Amino acid sequence: MNSVIQKLEERSLRNDLPEFRVGDTVRLQVKVVEGEKERLQPFEGIVIKINRGGSRATFTVRKVSYGIGVERIFPLHSPRIEKIQVLSRGRVRRARLYYLRSRSGKAARVETIG
Amino acid sequence: MLNGLIGRKLGMTQMTDATGRVRAVTVISLGPCAISQIKTAATDGYEAVQVTWGRRRPSRITKAARGHFQKAEVAPGVATREFARRGEGDLKLGQMVTAAEVFKPGDLVDITGVSKGRGYAGVIRRHHFKGFPNSRGTHEYFRHGGSIGNRSFPGRVRKGLRMAGQLGNETATVQNLELLEILADDQAIAVAGGVPGPDGGIVIVRHASRRPVIEAAANG
Repeated sequence: MNSVIQKLEERSLRNDLPEFRVGDTVRLQVKVVEGEKERLQPFEGIVIKINRGGSRATFTVRKVSYGIGVERIFPLHSPRIEKIQVLSRGRVRRARLYYLRSRSGKAARVETIG
Repeated sequence: MLNGLIGRKLGMTQMTDATGRVRAVTVISLGPCAISQIKTAATDGYEAVQVTWGRRRPSRITKAARGHFQKAEVAPGVATREFARRGEGDLKLGQMVTAAEVFKPGDLVDITGVSKGRGYAGVIRRHHFKGFPNSRGTHEYFRHGGSIGNRSFPGRVRKGLRMAGQLGNETATVQNLELLEILADDQAIAVAGGVPGPDGGIVIVRHASRRPVIEAAANG
């Protein structure tokens, strides 16, 4: 990669966020703008995918809200993410937990470790 | 000052704006360009400023070009272009012009480059024709363009009819890209959106020649 671009990307990296892996349950505080005001909105769920790529990295969090599966993709280094809390670590055997989509209830859980 | 500058496309990445939205960004190494000739209405019939960007060994250019650059006491560059003047400001032969002098963040710019060559392409790829159904009796006629004319009248194919042929590797301009940032330390700029040509291709960045359609409609 070109060094100028690399410099530009490094500028937007955040190192204040905790490490987490696929299968972990996380709670995010996301900044949302409503009209003039800005407030924090929590989003809690299982990380089902991490797309690496320096400052362009993203991760997907899945939760089931009122019986409906909701997945949100966040840019990992987004300034809109106020905070990431890792609630529990999960034991999983693959990098992409797409199989959770076809499961519901107890079957849609991930075994926790630690 | 000048109306534009010459540069090189470095590549694309992402940046977040003030609200945290991700934007696709092209980074361009822009300038500094040396002024190699100043054309005036008196001597050339029109006003323009010729600049050259980059460095090229004098042994690699023609003697005529060497003499031309010698006259301005400027090292020959990789690319040489003319730009119109824009606003006030004195320009001297041999002066180095940087991106920060010509542009400021928030400006709208037009960027010209040579698009990536795609070779000899069919009508579907080149002109976005729909092609033919994959079933219902289509027989060895899937990606054709269809009829190209009538019968003995007019007895010829209309000029300009879209057919297969060379796609890309031609001069292309994108208009009204927003200049997001000037990276003065690296002599580079970041603009929102894509730019014609491969990474490493020479591009011309000018101030936008027309307002965006939406803005123009709003202001009458």
